[in-house]
Amino acid sequence: MSLLLVPLVKIAIILFGVMTAAAYFVLLERRVAAWVQDRRGPNRVGIPGTNIRLFGLGQPLADGLKMILKEEYTPAHVDRGLYLLAPLVMMSAALAVFAVIPCGSTLPPIPALGLQEPIAMLVAPSFDVGMIYVFALSSIAVYGVILGGWASNSKYSFLGGLRSSAQLIAYELPLGLGLLGVVLATGSLRLDAIVAEQANTGVWFALSQPLGMLIFMISAFAEAARLPFDLPECEQELVGGYHTEYAGMKLVVFLTAEFIHMITASFLISILFLGGWHFWGLTGNAETPITWTLAAIRVGVLFAKVFAVIFFFMMVRWSWPRFRYDQLLALAWKVLLPLGLLNLVVLAILIEVQHPQVAGGWLDERFGAGRAVVSWLPGWLLLVLAFMLVAWLRPIMTDNRPRTDVDLLDSPLQE
Amino acid sequence: MAPINWHTFYFLLFALTAGVFAVAVAVTSNVVRMAFYLVLCLSATAGLFFLAGADFVGAMQIMIYVGGTLVLLIFGVMLTAQGPFISMKTRSGEWVLGLLAGGSLLAILISAAVGVRAWRPVELEEHSPQARVTASRLGMGLLGARVDQLDQSDKTLRAGMSGYLFPFEIISVHLLVVLIGAAYLARPKKRMRPGEETQA
Repeated sequence: MSLLLVPLVKIAIILFGVMTAAAYFVLLERRVAAWVQDRRGPNRVGIPGTNIRLFGLGQPLADGLKMILKEEYTPAHVDRGLYLLAPLVMMSAALAVFAVIPCGSTLPPIPALGLQEPIAMLVAPSFDVGMIYVFALSSIAVYGVILGGWASNSKYSFLGGLRSSAQLIAYELPLGLGLLGVVLATGSLRLDAIVAEQANTGVWFALSQPLGMLIFMISAFAEAARLPFDLPECEQELVGGYHTEYAGMKLVVFLTAEFIHMITASFLISILFLGGWHFWGLTGNAETPITWTLAAIRVGVLFAKVFAVIFFFMMVRWSWPRFRYDQLLALAWKVLLPLGLLNLVVLAILIEVQHPQVAGGWLDERFGAGRAVVSWLPGWLLLVLAFMLVAWLRPIMTDNRPRTDVDLLDSPLQE
Repeated sequence: MAPINWHTFYFLLFALTAGVFAVAVAVTSNVVRMAFYLVLCLSATAGLFFLAGADFVGAMQIMIYVGGTLVLLIFGVMLTAQGPFISMKTRSGEWVLGLLAGGSLLAILISAAVGVRAWRPVELEEHSPQARVTASRLGMGLLGARVDQLDQSDKTLRAGMSGYLFPFEIISVHLLVVLIGAAYLARPKKRMRPGEETQA
């Protein structure tokens, strides 16, 4: 019985938690925006019927109620079946990713409920290819955008869908390359194994593979279509992008799914590069026997990291201007992809060289306790080298003057 | 009431989904809908792989076919679209040719499937979720170590079972070459001054 019940309880907790978190992160986003722009932001809606404001914590509920009561308007010119299906595809793909994302380490066994084993805080603990599953689902989410844009049968939506599909295809490659270094160092595609590796060595992958983290983070921003890369929506050019023709609940489903993408990206960055639930001297390593206090501390540490990354996402949104479309694609194909390949090759060589049978033993003898620092150093040198290479080769033209290195006379724009 | 055999239930569900939408792909004339039915069909096939315990193959099926190939297909359809909703007209000659090609393949597949002698029910105890982890064995095979063939005593036979490292490497390097070649073709071309030689 518990074989079926435990996953169901986990799924219920995750669905409820993610949806609520998405609603309240919208509020946080608006408050952060207001803070950055020196306004007050939504701070009035509290408990209805009273004067208690509670810093505007009632705002998401009021917004949700408003959206539910709005008219469910469907334009007459759309392709009906796909138009209705698109938000559902996007939402289900966004939520299904959380089946392999651990929300902590494990809980101690609860014998009173018949659970003798420690409980993994993960819906699918025996799933061996977690990262591939995440990638597969993130590519399904593209369909929501493309189908929504196409089925709307409107120019703005269509352009939004086109931009988005090219963007997502382009950035999936560097995303994978940034991740591969971590998989190489861990030897597993399971997210909980990656966290355990970082906890056991005490070295977060952000410290030993900073270039990989940079590439992964930029690509994750692009995959979540957050502001420096939010060309699929791009209010000034495309009205609302692929969801221009959507209203009411269907629009809410699209917007929530986008927000969930951001939460997923934050979870992945925290787990892959920032050590997951691990913090030095606070949480122990993966072999430490689990108690309720320890489990609570680990969940707290993980959620603090996720929260910090989300806050960083929001600060970036109000700090950077949007890329132009050619710059966006140039960044993916001409900067991030070569850097990702460089990162992967250098990391593969480093990991092989530092193997105990090659030079690892010698390094241990020579540096002893300082070994960790020595193993970080090449990663940071690589980061500096990559920065200098990009600055020297200057593949993205950042000014808007006419380009002199391209023969514009041949381009179709001139005809 | 007999307990429901969930394995059979999901097998029938995925198999029916795959079959029905495969027919739908052939019948519909709207290209984008066709691509979407193909998405459902291939996803259901991935579901069958998951059900058989081949996590890795299932995830790869979704990632490569559903996430890569079909997105490119839809992308191409959207870029080359002339009217608002594209539909394809199929002539009767094409139907005949298609039925011939598809029917002969189906005949081969059916005869192969019926020819298998060991149609026996799956023993669930043998295939518990813990015993079905295939990813690491596959990975070892790709790295050149067939862990499932280690008991092979014949030396000559063993040499032929050394894993798939070589084809895997060839495919990977080939794809990398294609990628770099595409980047080379798309590079900005230098403006030619009068009197300058053409450069490749």
